[in-house]
Amino acid sequence: MSKERIKISEDLYDIMPSDYQDLVKSATYGKEDRGWKDIGNSKELIEQHSLCAGCPESMAFRYILASLPNPEDTVMVGSTGCTSLVFPMVAVHNIHSLFGNQNAIASGLKRALSVRFPGRTKDVVVLAGDGATVDIGLDMTLQAWFRQEKFTPICFDNELYANTGGQESGLMQKGFVAKMAPVGKLFDKVRLPEIARESGCHYVVQCTVSKPSLIEKVVRNAVMIAREIGPTYLQLYTPCILEIGKNSMEGLQEMRDSEKPTERFAYKEYISEPAKQLLAEVSAKDKEKKAAAKQLASQGA
Amino acid sequence: MTQYRVLPGPEHFLPPSAASMGIYLPNPGEAHINGVIVPEEKAYEEAAKQFLMAKVPTLFPGPLVLWAWNEKAAKKATAIRHLYNTLKECVQPGQTPMLIPMPDYRPKYPKINPEVEINPNHPNLTIWHNKIDCCMFIGVHCHQANLSLKIIRGGTSCYTIAMCAQAGHEDAMLSFRDASVEKIMNLADAVKRLKGTVNPRLTSAKSGASN
Repeated sequence: MSKERIKISEDLYDIMPSDYQDLVKSATYGKEDRGWKDIGNSKELIEQHSLCAGCPESMAFRYILASLPNPEDTVMVGSTGCTSLVFPMVAVHNIHSLFGNQNAIASGLKRALSVRFPGRTKDVVVLAGDGATVDIGLDMTLQAWFRQEKFTPICFDNELYANTGGQESGLMQKGFVAKMAPVGKLFDKVRLPEIARESGCHYVVQCTVSKPSLIEKVVRNAVMIAREIGPTYLQLYTPCILEIGKNSMEGLQEMRDSEKPTERFAYKEYISEPAKQLLAEVSAKDKEKKAAAKQLASQGA
Repeated sequence: MTQYRVLPGPEHFLPPSAASMGIYLPNPGEAHINGVIVPEEKAYEEAAKQFLMAKVPTLFPGPLVLWAWNEKAAKKATAIRHLYNTLKECVQPGQTPMLIPMPDYRPKYPKINPEVEINPNHPNLTIWHNKIDCCMFIGVHCHQANLSLKIIRGGTSCYTIAMCAQAGHEDAMLSFRDASVEKIMNLADAVKRLKGTVNPRLTSAKSGASN
């Protein structure tokens, strides 16, 4: 894992657009402790994007891409929706699937990568909206969990079909009236985190993307557990500010309001016993590394 | 035998693929000019002549040579730089050779900067913006080159050359196959040989790309 595999030909270096030069010079490929704090200090793995101004999904994208533990050996699978407008700007291998079949694609991909690169860690991360994950693609989502596929689906939950004008989705809250759902939702929000837990996921988190350090932690955990043990699932609230009648600068506050303990996006986490054990081992190793580094630094001083 | 010829456009909005019009690819040691199979030597001469006639002869290196993913790619990049330098030495005042990269194939939205790059999904933007009237693709994956060459033929009057590492491109006006460092250097030698013998199209009303 390093930048060795991402080099520009010396004789043509000067004609490469600066964003590619920056990627090679200062992106955090290969950096073991990469995280959201690299944002601003290094080249991000996302270039300009075409999401709306102030869209919480763009925040989520930046935090996730900054937190992937192994971006040069990660393949992301996207689906139809606002996320598909962003993937062309992302410097991580990615595949656009048909609407809803992203978890079937990811299953095959993960298996193929294991066969093709047996000695190398390859992560697969699915990024799809609530329509693709819970409505159109629920079959593929559940079957991947039942089969214990080793990848991480992340659901950007904005509680409706935002990209097409505001139709009702399974994750919409009860009673909500959207532009294209004037009657109001008659049923409860689908409890997918609970379904994920019962379907065999080893790590399930529901939260908003208001706190970058939290997103870093859950993304790293989810990817590590999926790599070693089995399926994981993250459901992140990324409200569509246009569809809920908010202004560009109000996305963050909307998430903060929705994550209060009594609200529908209160932090929810489930970790299986094997996953707990793995996280404890990873944490112990990290502590050892930090202690060794500290000792080295003190010796050097 | 088809009567169709792969000529500079603009052909029309959706030009047919040259293969569907009966144009076929050259065998090893051959090339094609406008869809007619010729010996490779003849194609070097013609490509050099087209470069020296053009007001803005341009090389479009693609990801296969821009990124040093193996030693061969890096060597090809060096040869491309040599070809570009040769072009600069051999053209007459008023001609402005360019070297514009195609770093990857992402459909960049909302826009690309046509001054610094070309994108296979809308190559005409870079051609129009820089008034490129002759270009060569090299190091571009075949499926993306085919797409670009067809768009260019459809919407511009640019003369297209493909230096393909595989079997060549029907949709280019001139195509080599089995591109190698040696072949790029041969082309540079041909440009040197023809220096001063070709009149550039500087005063032609129809020079440059259509827009």
